[in-house]
Amino acid sequence: MQIKAFGAATIATLLTGGAWAQEQSIIVQSTTSTANSGLYDHLLPMFENETGIKVNVVAVGTGQAIKNAENCDGDVLLVHARSAEEAFVEAGYGTERMDLMYNDFVIVGPEDDPAGVGGMEDVRAALSKIAGEGALFASRGDDSGTNRKEMALWAETGIDPSAASGDWYRETGSGMGATLNAGIGMGAYVMTDRATWISFENKQDYEIQVQGDADMFNQYGVIPVSPERCPSVNAEAAQTFADWLVSDEGQDAIAAYTVADQQLFFPNASSD
Amino acid sequence: MGEAVTLALQLVLSGDPDLLEIVLLSLRVSLTATVLACLIGLPIGSLVAIGRFPGRNAVLIVMNALMGLPPVVVGLLVYLHLSRSGPLGFLGLLYTPTAMIIAQTLLIAPIVAALSRQVLEDLHAEYSEQFRSLCLTRVQAVEALLWDARYSLLTVGLAGFGRAVAEVGAVIIVGGNIDHLTRVMTTAIALETSKGDLALALALGIILLVIALGVNAAVQSVRMTATRQAYV
Repeated sequence: MQIKAFGAATIATLLTGGAWAQEQSIIVQSTTSTANSGLYDHLLPMFENETGIKVNVVAVGTGQAIKNAENCDGDVLLVHARSAEEAFVEAGYGTERMDLMYNDFVIVGPEDDPAGVGGMEDVRAALSKIAGEGALFASRGDDSGTNRKEMALWAETGIDPSAASGDWYRETGSGMGATLNAGIGMGAYVMTDRATWISFENKQDYEIQVQGDADMFNQYGVIPVSPERCPSVNAEAAQTFADWLVSDEGQDAIAAYTVADQQLFFPNASSD
Repeated sequence: MGEAVTLALQLVLSGDPDLLEIVLLSLRVSLTATVLACLIGLPIGSLVAIGRFPGRNAVLIVMNALMGLPPVVVGLLVYLHLSRSGPLGFLGLLYTPTAMIIAQTLLIAPIVAALSRQVLEDLHAEYSEQFRSLCLTRVQAVEALLWDARYSLLTVGLAGFGRAVAEVGAVIIVGGNIDHLTRVMTTAIALETSKGDLALALALGIILLVIALGVNAAVQSVRMTATRQAYV
């Protein structure tokens, strides 16, 4: 009997990890680029030191992050799909949306550039050329912020790439890194945010082929999840985190983050 | 590959605290899930092994089919239940090691149940006449079967552990791969792969293999010690 009781206690301890220290913590439902590029590793220690609030990051695609936050499984949403973010706030899931920072999207491709788009600035013309040549193009195909942007650009070219899905248009249905790995493996063009690309370590012979179009702008926003909609959220800590990110200090910290001497994110929170 | 082996050695020899944390969490989650899955799976396995009831064949087929449960489906089901908007959301368990243990337990309990059922049924076929002549009750029969099949059942448990420690689909959904909280070996490997750091991902994979090897070696040595003492 004693043995059984001991066993039960052991299992209970293993299950719960014993008595957890009662510390303030929040969960951030985030897009992957901010996590994969190492930005959080740079920012969070500063924030945690200052406020004592532990920030736990769940990095998934923007689509999934929004869905998880709508299920009340996060305290803060940090993604990059402006219209979806505004809809999120409008539907009452978030308290307010704040511009946080930006960078831009680029199209990377193999060195030999089979579609001949190297150096082009006009992204629509480049996409049309890739489609016209039937050169391989790997898409996220996962409703992420990058995928939504890509689909919007295709729509403006008047080309429906999904008609060629499985042919030259390859939808990986996975994250940015996995899509880059797959695209590079098959010699396909890939549209990616610049931060992920700069910090990506399996570039092989790939380089940026298309960049500089004003429409490749990539805005990130931050939204505290609404305590009215989700009573379980740690609203105060969530607001503290969002406010810190858009404060001068947070913005300076974002600007200071570099990989290979290149700044990955450009802070642009409005100062009002 | 050579680069990955070197990196794996460097990581282990440097005693990297982050790596240690991830390894320990992997072991804690998967070993706990294995113990729980045995507590659930062995009774079910033995009941079905010696029981004769209508629909038994259908139960066997379902049990065997559940061994092929896709981890990502288990993860999704557990997520939907533990999510704040789900029926068990009030427990606040999502994105904790507990959620990962629950998911892996559900994933491997069918494996333990189905494999132990087969082991015990085979043994029961051998022993049944003897059991009848000794007028053993059901419970006594099950106890005798479990004891005599203990080494085979140990292997069943190891099969469950192997499945648990190697899966990524379930724990990444219910754990969220949160650094210093729910990151385990497999989710760390997935993360490094998505960062394009294939050498580090492979190095972590090699370390995971060595850990699995260590667990199996530990179980084997326990078994050998026990067998030796049985003959003293």
